Amino acid sequence: MKNTEEIFQLLKENFKDLNFELKTDLPVDNFIICNPLEIDKISRYLHDNPELNFDSLINLSGVDEIKNNQLSVYYHLESTSLKHKLVLKVITDRNKPEIATVTDIWKGANWHEREAYDLFGIKFLNHPDLRRILMPYDWEAGYPLRKDYENPEFYHGMKVPY
Amino acid sequence: MGLLDKEFTDGNIVIAKAEDLMNWARLSSLWQVSFGLACCAIEMMATSASHYDFDRFGVIPRPSPRHADIIIISGTVTLKMATRIKRLYEQMPEPKYIISMGSCSNSGGPYWEHGYHVLKGIDRVIPVDVYVPGCPPRPEALLEGLIKLQEKIRKASLVKKSA
Repeated sequence: MKNTEEIFQLLKENFKDLNFELKTDLPVDNFIICNPLEIDKISRYLHDNPELNFDSLINLSGVDEIKNNQLSVYYHLESTSLKHKLVLKVITDRNKPEIATVTDIWKGANWHEREAYDLFGIKFLNHPDLRRILMPYDWEAGYPLRKDYENPEFYHGMKVPY
Repeated sequence: MGLLDKEFTDGNIVIAKAEDLMNWARLSSLWQVSFGLACCAIEMMATSASHYDFDRFGVIPRPSPRHADIIIISGTVTLKMATRIKRLYEQMPEPKYIISMGSCSNSGGPYWEHGYHVLKGIDRVIPVDVYVPGCPPRPEALLEGLIKLQEKIRKASLVKKSA
């Protein structure tokens, strides 16, 4: 069992050319901020390393931080064998939100990433099937959970507002 | 008003208006599309089950809209689903009836303001005969709605109304 600080040190030793930031001062679980385009390699390491063995992706969720002009994604990981948990965060530019996919590491990430794409417009690079998952495929009004989203007046001739 | 409330007086011949006979036949076997959307569908299934027994009113779920007379819109109608419901409705043969069950299907319900994905009332897409209020309505309420629909059908006329 390892805590977030120990995993943070391990990541820094193994990925010397990448920046990591440990957040401990917030009233939530401690988390580590990682590079969005290298999250696949970091995830692969977390998954394969026998000391860490993060075999389960509990949740993957997008957040619109419009005040900082950024979109971020949180990863909640768990090791079912070693009984420890970890929270990762990646931050991307709101104007060009691109994050590497982790679908090939945790299969369950497939639909989670499609949901984040559907509702926040975050592009997951190399995702095998990046289509909308909840909204209609022909939804053209944008990404509903973005803070500056505005609903359309009509969809296929149906009035949308109350 | 009913067909069989007149006593047999002469053999076993019943004299009735064609309209009454047709309406009686229609209202007594309202086959429904086997179709549910959300929590209201659970109440609708409870209504179908033995305790409330929808079948005693002639309501049987059918697996195809082409077999059905009524469709009960039982739950939240998303915009994505609304296009499919319209198609189901169009596939049903005439005469066809619609019961809108629950707040979501009546008006959008709790999603009326912030539900970016919810149609604010199924009557924006297809014509509704009976609205059943509730969130979700109890089986008794749905039965009441069905009886209201039967009353409506009983009053239907073949004669074209003059303007």
